[in-house]
Amino acid sequence: MKRFRRLLRVASRSILKNRMRSLLTSLGVIIGVAAVIVMVGIGAGAQADVEAQISSLGVNSIIIFPERGHSGNVSLGAGTKNKLTLEDAQRIEEEATLLAGVSPIVRTGAQIIGGSGNWSTSVYGVSPAYLDIRAWKLESGEMFTDRDVRVKAKVALLGKTIIDELFDGNDPIGEQIRVRNTPFKVIGTLGEKGQSPWGSDYDDVVLVPVTTGLYRLAGGRYISMINVSAASLEESDAAIDEVTEILRNSHRLRPDEEDGFRIYSQADLMETATETQRVMTLLLGAVAAVSLVVGGIGIMNIMLVSVTERTREIGIRLAVGARSADVLAQFLTESVVLSLVGGAIGTALAYSVTHVLNNVVGMTTVVRPAVVFLAFGFAAVIGVFFGYYPARKAAMLNPIDALRYE
Amino acid sequence: MRPVIETKSLTKDYVMGELIVRALRGVDFKVAAGEFVSIMGASGSGKSTLMNVLGCLDEPTSGDYYLDGADVSGLTRDQYAEIRNQRLGFVFQTYNLLARTSALDNVELPLFYDHSSRIDDPRASAIEALERVGLADRLDHEPNELSGGQQQRVAIARALVNRPSIILADEPTGNLDSRTSVDVMSVFQDLNDQGITILLVTHEPDIAEYTKRIIVMRDGRIVGDRPVWDRRSATKDLDAMPAADDLYLSDDPTREGLVRT
Repeated sequence: MKRFRRLLRVASRSILKNRMRSLLTSLGVIIGVAAVIVMVGIGAGAQADVEAQISSLGVNSIIIFPERGHSGNVSLGAGTKNKLTLEDAQRIEEEATLLAGVSPIVRTGAQIIGGSGNWSTSVYGVSPAYLDIRAWKLESGEMFTDRDVRVKAKVALLGKTIIDELFDGNDPIGEQIRVRNTPFKVIGTLGEKGQSPWGSDYDDVVLVPVTTGLYRLAGGRYISMINVSAASLEESDAAIDEVTEILRNSHRLRPDEEDGFRIYSQADLMETATETQRVMTLLLGAVAAVSLVVGGIGIMNIMLVSVTERTREIGIRLAVGARSADVLAQFLTESVVLSLVGGAIGTALAYSVTHVLNNVVGMTTVVRPAVVFLAFGFAAVIGVFFGYYPARKAAMLNPIDALRYE
Repeated sequence: MRPVIETKSLTKDYVMGELIVRALRGVDFKVAAGEFVSIMGASGSGKSTLMNVLGCLDEPTSGDYYLDGADVSGLTRDQYAEIRNQRLGFVFQTYNLLARTSALDNVELPLFYDHSSRIDDPRASAIEALERVGLADRLDHEPNELSGGQQQRVAIARALVNRPSIILADEPTGNLDSRTSVDVMSVFQDLNDQGITILLVTHEPDIAEYTKRIIVMRDGRIVGDRPVWDRRSATKDLDAMPAADDLYLSDDPTREGLVRT
């Protein structure tokens, strides 16, 4: 322990004697470590953003789409084969035990007129449970009721984008809008939801009772999809199985027949999206790691120069009885100290850069302690790895030659 | 009494391309404890080679070398390092001090590599060694703040600090002016009076006159070995010399022996 302290002292003294050169030597590692931490921090920040976005959509949400029909290899579009009906949704609601809510959805595009203009948007016919399923909050007013659904009431809730477009952001409750020339009364407004991870605008939407949407707007008897929510994230898979079973019974499918519908869970989507982000983070980290390795080569370069320059010093040390291992340890300690100090400065630099990114630029970056330790540890490994060759070269010098070296 | 150094038909050949240089052609001699021996000879007489072999910096081609009665040929690199560390002290022509390192740290250097822990307090031993060479007031001075003579005194203190069996000095006055040379020799004489065995290489007859025995080498062989009948006292000579003030101007604290660290 005492020897180790002395080694550290000798190493730090020699580093301090050449401050400028030591700083330049460490610069590669400083930048490398900072780059790794910041890059991975940016990646992790983006990942956290996506996760927050997706969980705001309701992580337990499960969506059932009708299967696309096929003619040869040509898709005929959703709902062309086995279709979903309100009865299917009703059976799920009655029979399922693992679900917190069920909402059939009828989606239709429509031109709406109201307030100061007109706007082409999506109209969703849903049940009152829809808001809870999507973890969507009301901004003002109220959701329509089961009674509204039964009587196909002409009431609507508007998303933020619609309010901005048609009412210049003013409170539209009690106003009338016309959807395909049918007048609807606005009874509520929806909280802002922002963009979907795929770039579409969640707030560009009008919600109406599902029956209203189906019979007054879309026409026909088939619904677009069924949105349910599992009672908990853990039971998501079991809930999917249960819904599949109910729908197969409802459609009277024989065991050898295909489902005829597809089920997606928000949990799956989240997995896919975060997986994409994770790959991205890894990629950024890998690029930064390359610069860390380049920094290590810089250390090796300078240490080699240093060994040549200090041949006489090494000769003196050998003459007074330093063993090869002593000289090796000295130079190795020096390069490890250089890279660790570089790592420490790099970490400090990374923290200030992410601080600026978070608070001035407004990005989200997440610096995980594990990444800092990893970058730091990597810097130490680089110090040993790239310091070993020069240190060995020093240790193997012949004392007489070293003493005579000019 | 067992000799400190004993060699038997020591030879050393250097192969330089197709040429074989026979630097030592059979050297037999002994140095007893407490002796103060100078080895003289022209350039190429083999005295530096002998010094390197005796200093365990180089291995002889053939022959035997006994240090403190123990055969020290055919050892490993680390074993030679240990002998250098614990039983030998070196003084070089060019001082060979670590630059930008205090006198005290320079002197302590050999103890840093002493794994035997036979010396309890390295720092105190280093201070004591510097006191013995008269530099008690220069402990924190770095080599570039010291004159050539003072630097050589630091080097002597470094050779002393590990309590060696013998101090080997290779042309210790070669870079010094005459007054400083005598000054350094007075240090050696004092140490020898205290019982320390010293072997010194020089080509200056004046310097050899301060030792107790002169060995002359030529062409890799010992051709003369005689006691010094009328030994001079460096301290007395120093008193007889002109005042130091005039001379210190020319006492160039040469940087030659400095090593960048």
